Amino acid sequence: MLRMAGLYKTFNLGINSVCALKNINLHVKPQDFITIIGSNGAGKSTLLSIAAGVYPPDEGTIHIGGTDVTRLPEHLRASFVGRVFQNPLQGTAGSMTIEENLALAECRSKGRTLGIGVNRKKRERYKELLSLLGLGLEDRLSDPVGLLSGGQRQSLTLIMASMGQPKLLLLDEHTASLDPRTAEQVLELTQTIVREHRLTVLMVTHNLSHALEMGNRTIMLDKGEIILDICEPERGELTVDDLLGRFAQARGERLLDDRLLLASR
Amino acid sequence: MSFNVISGSIEQGLAFAIMALGVYFTSRVLNFPDLTVDGSFPLGAAVTAALITRGCTPWFATLMALGAGLLAGAATGLLNTKLRISGMLAGILTMTGLYSVNLRVMGRSNLPLLRQPTILTRLADHIGSDLRVALIAFIVIGLAAKFFLDWFLHTELGLAVRATGDNPQMIRSQGVDTDSVKVLGLSMANALVALSGSLVAQHQGFADVGMGIGTIVIGLASVIIGEVFFRPRTVFWATASVLFGSVLYRVTVFLALRMGFAPTDLKIVTSALVVLALSAPVLKENLVLPAVQGVRSLAGKREAVRTSVKDGRPL
Repeated sequence: MLRMAGLYKTFNLGINSVCALKNINLHVKPQDFITIIGSNGAGKSTLLSIAAGVYPPDEGTIHIGGTDVTRLPEHLRASFVGRVFQNPLQGTAGSMTIEENLALAECRSKGRTLGIGVNRKKRERYKELLSLLGLGLEDRLSDPVGLLSGGQRQSLTLIMASMGQPKLLLLDEHTASLDPRTAEQVLELTQTIVREHRLTVLMVTHNLSHALEMGNRTIMLDKGEIILDICEPERGELTVDDLLGRFAQARGERLLDDRLLLASR
Repeated sequence: MSFNVISGSIEQGLAFAIMALGVYFTSRVLNFPDLTVDGSFPLGAAVTAALITRGCTPWFATLMALGAGLLAGAATGLLNTKLRISGMLAGILTMTGLYSVNLRVMGRSNLPLLRQPTILTRLADHIGSDLRVALIAFIVIGLAAKFFLDWFLHTELGLAVRATGDNPQMIRSQGVDTDSVKVLGLSMANALVALSGSLVAQHQGFADVGMGIGTIVIGLASVIIGEVFFRPRTVFWATASVLFGSVLYRVTVFLALRMGFAPTDLKIVTSALVVLALSAPVLKENLVLPAVQGVRSLAGKREAVRTSVKDGRPL
């Protein structure tokens, strides 16, 4: 579904250059659900941004569903890709209503016309879609999204990202800024949506137990390289402590002041 | 003050309201500080006046003004998106360039339209000149522009335009080329502005190269005055409040003139009006509320003094 070959990406070319990705080779099969872990600055977000087309790689190629998308800018790639960001404010337009946001997402795969954005037929469909969340949003279709809480916004963004059967769903620490209970709910919703739509997923997380519990494959990035790539069933035998060990191996004692350690407790 | 006297301001307010709708589009929907307006407004007037004096029909001349504004907006949009010049500067550059363009178009700095056919004289021929033709025409055109914007901003494309102003990163990830949307929005907005300039020229009977100075402030004044009064939450009410704000602005200016301000003072009256409207929430919080509380607490103190004196207690 997604094939990345020989990807390199360097930021700030010159003295302060940061090598964000080094020779990334990743083959994601249809309906793979890959969790991505790694400490801050390991290149996780860069990997997702390159998959989404926010910026092109310096070297290497990206294919999505057999199409070469390496040079395809973000807005042209969007019909294949659904995306949820870490910041709940980022994935929705706050001044626009819930139904308008859903309409924006629905047009992602089919293009935009001068037809009316939200009509009665769509409204019925959105109502049904939102009632699955059990958050009562189906009765607030004409409320501005800015009135929703972070968890509600993130749930809405998930629904929006999964509309139109994207070939790839990118989740960039999408529960990191939510309180633990809400985060669990949003993760549960993620599982349901992924299962229902049979989506192919890349999910960045800082929570190691989530990384092992969710999906069928885990990769670990460090300084722009994939240092661990493990699938089910072997992954089932891996524990959080094993992962921490791998981190320690890769990073030495610097692990102690890493956010990862805190997240896993 | 008879209706005849004030209806002149209402006509002007409605003609300028179309420009204010354009300013609403860029400043509130696209979130783009577009200063092209000061150039595209007289551009509409210049194109219309030049074409009418050369014998074109007024309808055609008005339509061409709209097209010219479209191009002016596109120029600013392209400067900003393709050449990566900041939005404010891109608008200033286009506006400055348009000054020369307007002089070229008119061939001189002032072009009178007296005794020339305009869409207003044409309408008067059709429906009878004893009615207030300009008032009726501008109400119809103003409402048409309002309902057009209402419709457009609720289409699938229009939703993308609004999202571009609200959260460009989000709408790019939803498959929209925000650069194209910006160019489209600026073009449409400046087309409205130029149309307004064309109508104003036909209404006042001349086009002048200096008539665009301060247009953006008048537009913003209308948008802000409307917002202060209506506090609109939907596009429908936002555009309605712009029309209302523009008319109210003209009436205020009319009253200012009546109070004895010279016509040359109008720009500072306008600026003061915008400052007042913009600072209304702050003023209310810092001046009015403390004053009310002050009076209350003063009254409370007085009451305390009175009771303590009555009871014979020391203060």
